[in-house]
Amino acid sequence: MQNQTQSNNSGGQEIKPPEQIMQEIAEHKGCGTSSEGGKASCGSSGGPEDMSPEVWEKVKNHPCYSEEAHHHYARMHVAVAPACNIQCNYCNRKYDCANESRPGVVSEKLTPEQASKKVLAVASTIPQMTVLGIAGPGDPLANPEKTFKTFELIYNAAPDIKLCLSTNGLALPDHIDTIKSFNVDHVTITINMVDPEVGQHIYPWIFWNHKRVTGIEASKILHERQMLGLEMLTAAGVLCKVNSVMIPGINDKHLVEVNRAVKSRGAFLHNIMPLISAPEHGTVFGLNGQRGPSAQELKALQDSCEGEMNMMRHCRQCRADAVGLLGEDRSSEFSTEKVMEMDIQYDAEGRKAYQQQVELERQATVAAKEAEMADLVEEFSDVKILIAVATKGHGRVNEHFGHAQEFQIYELSTEGSKFVGHRRVDLYCQGGFGEEDTLPTVIRAINDCVAVFVAKIGGCPKDSLKAAGIDPVDKYAHEFIDQSTVRYFKEYLGKVKSGEIAHVARGDADIRQGAYIAA
Amino acid sequence: MAYKIISSQCTSCSACEPECPNVAISEKDGTFVISAKKCSECIGYFDEPQCVAVCPVENTCVIDTSYPRYQAA
Repeated sequence: MQNQTQSNNSGGQEIKPPEQIMQEIAEHKGCGTSSEGGKASCGSSGGPEDMSPEVWEKVKNHPCYSEEAHHHYARMHVAVAPACNIQCNYCNRKYDCANESRPGVVSEKLTPEQASKKVLAVASTIPQMTVLGIAGPGDPLANPEKTFKTFELIYNAAPDIKLCLSTNGLALPDHIDTIKSFNVDHVTITINMVDPEVGQHIYPWIFWNHKRVTGIEASKILHERQMLGLEMLTAAGVLCKVNSVMIPGINDKHLVEVNRAVKSRGAFLHNIMPLISAPEHGTVFGLNGQRGPSAQELKALQDSCEGEMNMMRHCRQCRADAVGLLGEDRSSEFSTEKVMEMDIQYDAEGRKAYQQQVELERQATVAAKEAEMADLVEEFSDVKILIAVATKGHGRVNEHFGHAQEFQIYELSTEGSKFVGHRRVDLYCQGGFGEEDTLPTVIRAINDCVAVFVAKIGGCPKDSLKAAGIDPVDKYAHEFIDQSTVRYFKEYLGKVKSGEIAHVARGDADIRQGAYIAA
Repeated sequence: MAYKIISSQCTSCSACEPECPNVAISEKDGTFVISAKKCSECIGYFDEPQCVAVCPVENTCVIDTSYPRYQAA
């Protein structure tokens, strides 16, 4: 557990009076990005500028709907919904590994009663856990009794926890009223196509009206149900995120059309994720050699959709039983065995007080960035660079290089600092990848970055990074990410102008697909 | 005959359980089993056996040849 009060004041930042902070919050737009060319990248779009206060209220503490919130607030999934009603070529229900981190994978499934107890246990241990999602491992709406029983139990025991669910959409139109009745105000639909010709290469079959339907017909039905479900959610005032899996050669170009289609039907946020298709996962795509996109391909597609609507770039494609901040997984602390032994006191007041502290810290982060941006607004330059940051949350550079399981990627320009993604650097769990040398893998994962910000780094990796053209930076240890990246960028621009360094474009980077190892 | 579930193949996803018109499917020792006595191969209910149609793993719900073919009453 991180020490909240201490980190509030570390980094040399003074906490400002609340009125001043609120004023700055009101002025700040995007997730602190001044996204002139379109919508902010973060999903939160932080601000009242392009978002109604009602929507802001719904997303501000939701780590999956707000990039800024994901540094501070945690989520959890409970695996109560194992059944599915469709088959996707990127999913294999046979495969299960405790060290895996990707959708559809869980260690154990739970009954609604076990799930409810687990939620209360986690909420008592992790007071910044604000969101409970049901994301499978199958389709929550193919298990409506289990899903809604779980919501009912949690809704009654801990009404302050936001409920959300993630679905393929096939059964969605049948459940809108029930979703509304439990105050579920975030629903994610996975939509990979709006053209059945494309869909037939992604979905081999669906189970529909007591029949297995295959081919184009399957995708046609699925598409119609997804669009109807999205329209009904919008009409019902439920906030909707659309997830799309980017499958190069199959739907990569088509996702621009998907983006337009879902935006026009009222989706709030679009999350384009890279295909995960390692052969050892045994999926159709894994076995037939279908590759996932590179980091540059993914970013280019996200950038091209950004003018249309909010893009989510901080998705970690987490397990259906993940617990904690995005990018961390504490699910092993909350196995059913351990939860059943816990003496749980649900302390709603304590949670509220803790979250108020988090809110202060978060406002300080925004304020620090605004201050740093002040003298950059006069600058105009075409130079854009990427910076990788090792962090374990709270919006600070606070992780050691060697301990980092992922790096967050920020794009710096004269418009400011913008979160554009993350790169996992954790190890593969099986398949003979264990011997793989870690450092070259890390360098390949952040190869498109000019610098990497860390709390601490050893001499050896420092030299290797420099040799690869990546500047290892530890002078911003424990400072705010947004503020220090902007400061670094100002220095960088200064050096480019004075001719001390030449600005050259960096290469592409890998997106890792392997297992997540919590230890 | 009736249908049976090859337990080594079963992912225990439970998709088949609510689809069975005869309530012949239940969970046992971590996977799902079909009661051969109750199974009607969905004859008289649906065009195709529901467990086979919904199961995510091919060749997991299969005909149990040790049972005589189901005869609709």
